[in-house]
Amino acid sequence: MSDSILRMRGISKTFPGVRALDDVNLEVLRGEIHAICGENGAGKSTLMKVLSGVHPHGDYTGEIVFDGQECRFGGIRDSEHRGIVIIHQELALASNLSIAENIFLGNEQARRGLIDWNRTNAAAAELMSRVGLHENPVTQVLDLGVGKQQLVEIAKALSKQVRLLILDEPTAALNDEDSAHLLDLLRGLRDEGITCVIISHKLNEVLEIADRVTILRDGKTITTLEAQGLTEDKIISGMVGRDLDNRFPPREPKIGDEVFRVENWTVHSPTQHGRLLVSGANLNLRRGEIVGLAGLMGAGRTELAMSIFGRAYGTGISGRIIKDGREIKLRSVGEAIKHGIAYATEDRKRYGLNLIEDIKRNVSSAALGKLARRGWVDDNEEYKVAESYRQSMNIKAPSVSSITGKLSGGNQQKVVLSKWIFTDPDVLILDEPTRGIDVGAKYEIYTIINQLAEAGKAILLISSELPELLGLCDRIYTLSAGRITGEVPRAEATQEGLMTLMTAGQEARS
Amino acid sequence: MSVAPTFAPGKQPAVPDDRRPGGPRRFRINLRQSGIYIAFAAIVLLFTILTGGDMLAPQNISNVIVQNSYILVLAIGMILVIIAGHIDLSVGSIVAATGAVAAVLMVNHDVPWPLALLITLIVGGLIGAWQGYWVAYFGIPAFIVTLAGMLLFRAVTYNILGNRGIGPFPDEVRTLANGFTEGYLGNIGLGALGGADLFTILIGVVAVGGIVVSQWRSRAGRARFGQVVEPFALFAAKIVAASVVVMFVIVQLARFRNLPWVLVLLAGLVLGYSLLTNRAVFGRQIYAVGGNLQAATLSGVKTKAVVFWIFVNMGVLAALAGIIFAGRLNQANPTGGDQLELDAIAAAFIGGAAVQGGVGKVVGAITGGLIMGVINNGMSLIGAPSEQVMLVKGAVLLAAVAFDVWTKRRAGASR
Repeated sequence: MSDSILRMRGISKTFPGVRALDDVNLEVLRGEIHAICGENGAGKSTLMKVLSGVHPHGDYTGEIVFDGQECRFGGIRDSEHRGIVIIHQELALASNLSIAENIFLGNEQARRGLIDWNRTNAAAAELMSRVGLHENPVTQVLDLGVGKQQLVEIAKALSKQVRLLILDEPTAALNDEDSAHLLDLLRGLRDEGITCVIISHKLNEVLEIADRVTILRDGKTITTLEAQGLTEDKIISGMVGRDLDNRFPPREPKIGDEVFRVENWTVHSPTQHGRLLVSGANLNLRRGEIVGLAGLMGAGRTELAMSIFGRAYGTGISGRIIKDGREIKLRSVGEAIKHGIAYATEDRKRYGLNLIEDIKRNVSSAALGKLARRGWVDDNEEYKVAESYRQSMNIKAPSVSSITGKLSGGNQQKVVLSKWIFTDPDVLILDEPTRGIDVGAKYEIYTIINQLAEAGKAILLISSELPELLGLCDRIYTLSAGRITGEVPRAEATQEGLMTLMTAGQEARS
Repeated sequence: MSVAPTFAPGKQPAVPDDRRPGGPRRFRINLRQSGIYIAFAAIVLLFTILTGGDMLAPQNISNVIVQNSYILVLAIGMILVIIAGHIDLSVGSIVAATGAVAAVLMVNHDVPWPLALLITLIVGGLIGAWQGYWVAYFGIPAFIVTLAGMLLFRAVTYNILGNRGIGPFPDEVRTLANGFTEGYLGNIGLGALGGADLFTILIGVVAVGGIVVSQWRSRAGRARFGQVVEPFALFAAKIVAASVVVMFVIVQLARFRNLPWVLVLLAGLVLGYSLLTNRAVFGRQIYAVGGNLQAATLSGVKTKAVVFWIFVNMGVLAALAGIIFAGRLNQANPTGGDQLELDAIAAAFIGGAAVQGGVGKVVGAITGGLIMGVINNGMSLIGAPSEQVMLVKGAVLLAAVAFDVWTKRRAGASR
């Protein structure tokens, strides 16, 4: 008992119509890294919001004991005062302010009401060196990559004398290198006596870093396990309540003729003059084939895909696109859609959906012409189409008039896929189709991808998760620093081999 | 659509389907959308009581419509601009500038009035194209472009008119702005209500019939496709209420001087633009652009063209409002139309448009405009000084948007 820093007992929290947390118990030991795993909607974030005072005392039932004292936080300031700091998945930094200003935001280093900039920047520099962020404290945050912004958040937490640091999906947007650095940093903080609670979907990371793991499912605590000797499959079965021997649905590939080919594709950066994003890329897709595109963040995967998709990104684009044996020019997204190309974005909230509109209007949005006669939309037909997708894709919503902004990530992704399938494409480029989606929904998305291939579509699958590529693809291209560095058939592909190709030639650029 | 995935992968964890308020398959009254009509009814009722019934007198109803017609025309254009996520601060100046163009053509150069009106509308379209270019293709925020336009086109107006008004307009233009339809079928008695024009009443009957039939068919169509429709009692109550209101207004107008021509014009515009926003591909694209610009772009919508044409449309409607405005005064004035943009913007926001774009309805903007018109009219009937009118209008605008934000937040809290 004496070595537990936090005990949450019998926590229940209801939103109108939903029981988000149901008698949840959580015990975190002093100086450990404690991981919380669970599907989306399992209640992880809600639990952390209760702990950090976002949901104040009285909004939930149950008790929180921190450091031997019962806590009744009225707001986030109260919890921070006790040394509990939460870093959300969407970073909360003011991008136009400097690193130092961000670190001390709300906690300004002032003397008689005036900010002491020397003290601010010096103190910031010290905190930055603790987290391994080697930048000038006066650098604007918007000039930093996501990985470094994450470090700024942690430095900010350290400035508040953090004792319990909560990280919600800290590595979701980071590449492997930044993730590794972050995990190292967390170990370092643990050795300094700072307790960490980490929420993560990346189970390999959880196993790598956590001392103990608590699994939530449907708002209930399932179990708390020692990480020693734990396996991913064990965590997964706890999360979904079933054994998942096979994370990928089986598929019998039926591969036909080549349908799509890109030759010597080169793309320049629209913001940095003269910088090459993609350089001389060649790739081809065949009917019924699922082709993977592997690459680290910044390798140019999305840039390659979007530039092909009607020049939606990049400048100075050159190269040839051949579809069904004929060269085509795709000067706009509209032309790309007309030629049977579809691109489902990696960021569905920003680029994929109109979140204030309902399901049916999102499903129809890329192919309204199919529902219209002389410019007038048949909205009954639209309803019928959307309803058929709701059923066939198993979109969990009361009706197709539900607003997409209120759906879970997996269901939003199904709406995005419905929208592109409705354009009747021959070639589907799927950019991180399972990002931020829970395990059960991932399986459904995989099944949809397989069925699309079965129906003769050619699929280019971009993913950061190598097991996903290995589990789904017939062939995998690797992209490194804007160049295609390899093409590996499924039978020969291994995670290690792909990673070697994905990092090939990295030094040449930097 | 060759793919129809049907599967039920494994055992699904019981995901509660009720994270949406109201639960599945039940019809709910949308307070955010219907609140505006309830508020309008309440305001009319309030002033009817305060004025001892004068509010709803035949001549007063006619006055409210004619006096606010140009604001309502502007509000239709403005709601489209706001749905697309932009704003137009220049419409007051465009009203003045196009009114001046019309006056110079008709009064100084004796251009036949139909040609002069056409040229004026084209000039309005060109002004809109000018602003649309800077907003859509050059990427300057509409707030800045139209703020510049507000000064620019006011200056143009002064340049055209000098420091004086030009008038009078031909009779036809004055009739359009200020006049009434003829009584073609003679007058009939309505008992205690006195005489009323039969033709006007027949038009009212046709209008009510049109409303009932079209609503009925729309509901039947939705039901046939298995969509959730409102309960029949509610549907019938709404239809009856709408019919009674329309018929009441028509009868009152028939007792006065028949239908104002601007009402005929407005009815056409409301019908046309409602269809455009609800049913046309272009209308859908306006909502898509305002709701999420990037997603619209990546769905193949020519977003820049949509924004450009929205501003062209605003320019044309502002020119139409300019003609009505000048025709009503029988003179184009260099200071005419001042601050009309604020009335049009307020009408759109009172009518339920969202500041972030992507939300709004033509009928809502019209209702918002009428709410302001009724407040103006009612308060002048009870002899309130103009500063009080401003105070009340300001409060109503703030309250309407606050209500909108509040309902949105309440809906969002259940996530």
